[in-house]
Amino acid sequence: MSDFNRSRLIDWALRLYILLAFAFIFAPIAASFVFSFNVDRFPSLPLGGFSTIWYEAVANDPLVWEGLRNTLIAGVIVSVLATAIGFGAAYTDFRYKFFGKTFYVALALLPPTIPVVILGLAMLAFLSNVNLSGAIYSVIIAHVVMCAPFAMAIVRLRLSQMDPSLEAAAWNLGASEWMAMRHVVVPFCRPAIFAALFITMAVSFDEFAVAWFVSGLNETLPVKVLGFLQGQVSPRINVIGTFVFLASMTLVILAQILLMKRGGASTKTAEPVGDGL
Amino acid sequence: MTEQALVVFDGVAKRYGSFVAVEDFNLEIRKGEFLAIMGSSGCGKTTTLRMLAGLEAPSEGEIRLAGKRINDLPTWQRDTPMVWQSLALFPFLTVRENVEFSLRMRGVEKAERLRRVDRWLERMQITEFADRNVAHLSGGQRQRVALARSLVTEPPILLLDEPLSALDAHLKVRMQTVLSNLQRELGITFVYVTHSQSEAFSMADRVVIMSRGRIEQIGNPQEIYRAPRTKFVAEFLGSSNIFAGKVSNVNGEAIRISTPAGDFDVAPNTAKPLSKGDKATFVVSGDRVHLSNQPPSDGYNGLQASVVGEEFVGATAIIHLEGAERIEIKAQKSHDELGDLNLAPGAKVWVSWRPEVTHILPGE
Repeated sequence: MSDFNRSRLIDWALRLYILLAFAFIFAPIAASFVFSFNVDRFPSLPLGGFSTIWYEAVANDPLVWEGLRNTLIAGVIVSVLATAIGFGAAYTDFRYKFFGKTFYVALALLPPTIPVVILGLAMLAFLSNVNLSGAIYSVIIAHVVMCAPFAMAIVRLRLSQMDPSLEAAAWNLGASEWMAMRHVVVPFCRPAIFAALFITMAVSFDEFAVAWFVSGLNETLPVKVLGFLQGQVSPRINVIGTFVFLASMTLVILAQILLMKRGGASTKTAEPVGDGL
Repeated sequence: MTEQALVVFDGVAKRYGSFVAVEDFNLEIRKGEFLAIMGSSGCGKTTTLRMLAGLEAPSEGEIRLAGKRINDLPTWQRDTPMVWQSLALFPFLTVRENVEFSLRMRGVEKAERLRRVDRWLERMQITEFADRNVAHLSGGQRQRVALARSLVTEPPILLLDEPLSALDAHLKVRMQTVLSNLQRELGITFVYVTHSQSEAFSMADRVVIMSRGRIEQIGNPQEIYRAPRTKFVAEFLGSSNIFAGKVSNVNGEAIRISTPAGDFDVAPNTAKPLSKGDKATFVVSGDRVHLSNQPPSDGYNGLQASVVGEEFVGATAIIHLEGAERIEIKAQKSHDELGDLNLAPGAKVWVSWRPEVTHILPGE
């Protein structure tokens, strides 16, 4: 667009708007980051002085390590399972026509729209009924249910950019259905599959409410943080918050980069994945 | 089945629910011929090709390839590669990997794969792009990759589904030459589906014209052009004037047909013996009629018509006229032949032609 058609006022207003939006989102996180290096016990200004004692305290706390371990185990397993299920669901939607398909897709994308407290309660009720509650796999089951729709949405977006003849062309060139899946469909979806792995891991990593209901004694890190908050006010929370934030942001950004980069090669750039639903 | 038939369609039909896509389809495709299947969209030509490729199963009848029934053979077990309208190149693979694909799927060992891919890259003149991503190629180059990818297994038959439709006119003509030469050199069978008369007629040895799932006519381009079998074919080719009426007199060699536009003498057609009172439809192609200010001399058919408009087509012009009973008439003439004839809309001119240039449609 040529410059003389633009109002400078609107330009500046938009810039200010973006700035405010980012400030609103990131100020608390930045504050938490700053205070995590503050020597004072209570977050107050002026800052008391730079220190890493809270990081040391966290690093020496076996409870934190246990929470982190649970979070990581759950995150990795959840991301793999949720992405596999999401891929299957998206592929089914792409490839087949069947009675009740609209209903099937709606149902498959439903879980993120259910309030987490309700989902958590329902999960707890269900899992304890079948004696699966209070363990790390309870968190995994619940998180797979929550994350699979994200994976499905991401893969579906990618599949919608695939020329429908591509798979048939592979069959026609001597590939069986399994070979076409392996050599054509999966490679085509590879960026979306990685993006889905990272996003679902990030969702599981952050998720608190459902994990709180079903984890029992095997608390994940976010649940541990709540425990700390209830017991005492400690800058250790800032430390953990900073860590969790950095970890999830890294995963989400990786996913974005993957989706943007490869999406452009074939047809068009993939939509940002954050609003994939 | 003759010795030369590579593919036989024997009473093939394809239905989707109550919709009939292809019906009563009988065709022998010869070894080494360039066959075009032509028709407007929805006529069943692509469905026919997909049945041959193994992407659709016939609802009825039998398809044989080299004498073997292939109805139930999945597409990956046939060697009937297809060039797609969208080309369907694999976007995440390089040119070389695209061409290599079918050899890899068929378990050809690596050294052999390389040799054959190299040969085809060379043959299609795309060696210099071998390691490029297919997304970064021009339309003509992509076309060549698609051909190499399909031909690398050296199949007995190649199926083409409107592969040139995405190209601009100039490139289209160039690719037509590439395809014709390739087919001649390889000596394999090409089955080419298109809605374009110019593509079909310029490349094919034989043309099949389809309409509403049925074959309207099979023949070489000259036959079809000069002697269409049905009104549909004549209309589809678009260059003929069509007159329908009743036989009013048969006198030895001369047949007289009364139509709403007038009575005309028509050459008999051995494929359609007529007697008095029969319904008959005949055509006169637009380049064989004369236009004049004077009524025609004896031995010519003539009618007076008014000019509707003139369409400029390079070296020639198509004059649209309207005769009695609003009958449309087209005349295709060079600018020299038109001379100083008054062709203003509404002007009256005489349209004439000799009985020998008429053709009675045997299928009507």
